[in-house]
Amino acid sequence: MWSTGPSTTVSDSGMGGISGRIHSWDSFGTLDGPGIRFVVFLQGCPLRCRFCHNPDTWHPNGGRSITTAELEKQIESCRNFLRNGGVTLSGGEPLMQPDFSTDLLRRCRKAGFHTALDTAGSLPPDMSRETIDAADLLLLDLKALDPELCRELTGQDNQNELATLEYCERTGKEVWIRHVLLPDITLRMDRLAALAAYLKPFRCVRRVELLPFHKMGEFKWRELGLEPPFAGLRVPTPGERAAAEALFADWNGGENRPSGPGT
Amino acid sequence: MNFSKGPWTEEVNVRDFIQRNYTPYDGGKEFLKPPTERTVSLWRNLLDRMALERQRKGVYDIDEKTISTITSHEAGYIDKDLEQIVGLQTDEPLKRAIMPFGGIRLIYSELEAYGRKMDPTVEHVFRYRKTHNDGVFDVYTDEMKRVRHGGLITGLPDSYGRGRIIGDYRRVPLYGVDFLIQDKVRAKNEMVCDIMDSGKIRQREELAEQIKALKELKEMAAKYGFDISRPAENTREAIQWLYFAYLAAVKEQNGAAMSIGRISTFLDCYAERDLKDGVFTEEQIQEFVDHFIMKLRIVRFLRTPAYDELFSGDPTWITESLGGMSIDGRHMVTKMSYRFLHTLVNLGPAPEPNLTVLWSPRLPENFKRFCAEISIATSSIQYENDDLMRAKFGDDYGIACCVSAMKIGKQMQFFGARVNLAKALLYAINGGRDVKCNNEQIGPAIRMLCQSEVLHYDEVMQNFEEITDWLAKLYIDTLNIIHYMHDKYCYERIEMALHDEEIVRTMAGGIAGLSVLADSLSAIKYAKVHPVLNEAGLAAEFVTEGDFPKYGNNDDRVDRIAVDIVKSFHRKLSRHFAYRNSRPTLSILTITSNVMYGKKTASTPDGRKSGEPFAPGANPMHGRDASGAVASLKSVAKLPYDSAEDGISCTFSILPDSLGKNQEDKISNLIALLDGYFTEGGHHLNVNVLQREMLLDAMEHPEKYPQLTIRVSGYAVNFIKLTREQQLDVVNRTFHNRF
Repeated sequence: MWSTGPSTTVSDSGMGGISGRIHSWDSFGTLDGPGIRFVVFLQGCPLRCRFCHNPDTWHPNGGRSITTAELEKQIESCRNFLRNGGVTLSGGEPLMQPDFSTDLLRRCRKAGFHTALDTAGSLPPDMSRETIDAADLLLLDLKALDPELCRELTGQDNQNELATLEYCERTGKEVWIRHVLLPDITLRMDRLAALAAYLKPFRCVRRVELLPFHKMGEFKWRELGLEPPFAGLRVPTPGERAAAEALFADWNGGENRPSGPGT
Repeated sequence: MNFSKGPWTEEVNVRDFIQRNYTPYDGGKEFLKPPTERTVSLWRNLLDRMALERQRKGVYDIDEKTISTITSHEAGYIDKDLEQIVGLQTDEPLKRAIMPFGGIRLIYSELEAYGRKMDPTVEHVFRYRKTHNDGVFDVYTDEMKRVRHGGLITGLPDSYGRGRIIGDYRRVPLYGVDFLIQDKVRAKNEMVCDIMDSGKIRQREELAEQIKALKELKEMAAKYGFDISRPAENTREAIQWLYFAYLAAVKEQNGAAMSIGRISTFLDCYAERDLKDGVFTEEQIQEFVDHFIMKLRIVRFLRTPAYDELFSGDPTWITESLGGMSIDGRHMVTKMSYRFLHTLVNLGPAPEPNLTVLWSPRLPENFKRFCAEISIATSSIQYENDDLMRAKFGDDYGIACCVSAMKIGKQMQFFGARVNLAKALLYAINGGRDVKCNNEQIGPAIRMLCQSEVLHYDEVMQNFEEITDWLAKLYIDTLNIIHYMHDKYCYERIEMALHDEEIVRTMAGGIAGLSVLADSLSAIKYAKVHPVLNEAGLAAEFVTEGDFPKYGNNDDRVDRIAVDIVKSFHRKLSRHFAYRNSRPTLSILTITSNVMYGKKTASTPDGRKSGEPFAPGANPMHGRDASGAVASLKSVAKLPYDSAEDGISCTFSILPDSLGKNQEDKISNLIALLDGYFTEGGHHLNVNVLQREMLLDAMEHPEKYPQLTIRVSGYAVNFIKLTREQQLDVVNRTFHNRF
């Protein structure tokens, strides 16, 4: 169904860096890791999450081609804004282009930026180890703990995701778990309690971010000529969100609650 | 306890007083006090009156019979028993006065707009007395009238008060009026001259007027039962004396911007002393401040609907500059900086006074956090780069209007509104003719480029140079006339009495349409732009083939174009003689006039359609900054302050949830953003943290949002007081968000 980084070609390991395909970047990311982050959205994803809000990043040949050196230059010029944050590789699935991602992470880290990798861990750790090692923080999207549910939601079971988490535990890599709350699917107290219990022994997990399902990505499906599969799904209520958050209070100490309007 | 002495004791030197006596405050907001009962009921009284004001189409009442001067009205009160700081412009709060010396014709249209008639006595007076506006139009050339009509130069202060002059109102509490009068008398006596020419004669007459104004100031204070001939002795007096001085200015001048300077750290010297000596409690001091700020919130001027179209929302720009660093390396944040910002909590958000934080990454962390918190909650603060300005203006400058720095009491500017450079580009393409003005020949008849199939960058640039050469000279000449006449017929007596005798003057030009122009030139350079001709053979539309870099994405290919425009236009202005040997400067600021400028400008090569608003100030065009807020601010920060010393305005609006995941992240991200922007050399940033849905709701239900405040280019407004067109412009502007 997919191969590792079909568009990744090693053009030059010096000035030019490695070329890869990206969808876009956001110079002011505040939701993907600590502080203000330069977020690079890589093109291509092996998963087909039914609740995906960026389906335009799926196809490995979409987006545009760019080198790690070009990106590094752009990131470097934003340095003064990134002092409380850093750089995040997101997507798409950055692990689809391991050479490109690894080189970009290494360059950023060498330049003194805090680096984060936003991934669903959808490749076997054997293939993604180097990339993971090059990041300071892993934002690991755990889609569902139940492998069948995971397959139903994403087209793939969660074997690689869980193996990635184990790998991080072994290597002491800091992990923030992210989990999308889909009403009546993943947003069920029994499932969330099971997830909390599963995560409990992992020392590498420092935060659990529960992301409420939203509908702002639906227009992208329609632009691609697709019908959003969850068009009929409602968004979680504040009460449901708070109840879910309470189950993960151990990690977040209340820090992670949706904030109210101002002070 | 006495103040520490120094040169300030012998001569007028407020800066020296502050530096010797202020106490930097590093702590947090814990010491702040909530409003007193008196404050709450006084503010409720005003809120009720302001609701009435809105019901009466924005004008509570007008005193059309009295020509407003420093002493024209008897003492007026909101509620005499409650007010700790007193003084009103007229005999009743919110009642507007007439100030006809700028132009009597304007008073006719103002009164007509609100269903009033010109008073016969006032009319009689101005049968014999000439005004500023009369003087200007006596002297304008036909060409000047033409460009004004075409909207190439607009918003000129030729029929309203020029404003942008900051009296050093602190001198009144520090020295008392008698000392200031003596000083001016001395200056007049010592003025020796070889030749009694028009310059010297003018200067002597001005000094005489200043002395009269100071005497009237004492008289006005006496009506309220205060003797301000002597220095203030405590915090309450210091605030009261200072307010009287400011009040005198707004009784006599309805200048476009009537900024108050940099008063909080000055006042804190008194407050710290009184707290130590047990004269007043913190609660009392906050009460004085709250009552004083209330007074500033109800300053009103009578203005026309046409003025409102330019500067929407009834602004007065009572700009107060807070914080900043001293040149000896200490920060200048005091408890009074906190108290002033805290009025936004005690009294709720408000557009006035225009609270401006002079930001440096070296400001104390606690203060930065407090500012960020207040910004997130109220969207009422603007930020300006103290490191950039301190290098040019020292550590006792203030901001006039929105972004114009000047040394307080030592410098003034001649406000010059702005030229529409996007329109100038269309003139460069259409041989000086204006498709929005019946295809009239308004500029010089240079070679037309619109008939070629594709526009060539070099040819367009060559013509643009020619048009802007012509425009720069015409612009300065026009401003020379305006300010000559303003000095002659509408001189700011009391504000200038609170200046040194020798001052620095700048001639403050401005440009509108920078992002439209930069993107248009980028389109011509990097894509193919085909002109589409109208019946007169002029380019009225453009078809653009291919993509091109857009300003606001940290892309040097187009950002350099924007930088070059600014540098080049400033150089062009600097070549010409400016009135009173003033130094030409430049601002990139539109206030809310970006809507009106857009309305008067035909379609442009960047894809903007005829009549659509420009982006405000130096902002990238709506929706074109597609790489996130940092890239957008990076582009703006590249604009050279050295060439645009009168200020570079940028407005940043963000959805609360896009600023961070929780309150703590929001605060630290906003601080990081401000530190980053100002380290990059950005000059000014308005910060709005708002939900778009709330704005839409406020358009439909204004009564639910009486205090909803938002920052627009360089000032803040009550959102519900904007015209509908301007409300839509704000709603459509780039809100940085991501999901």
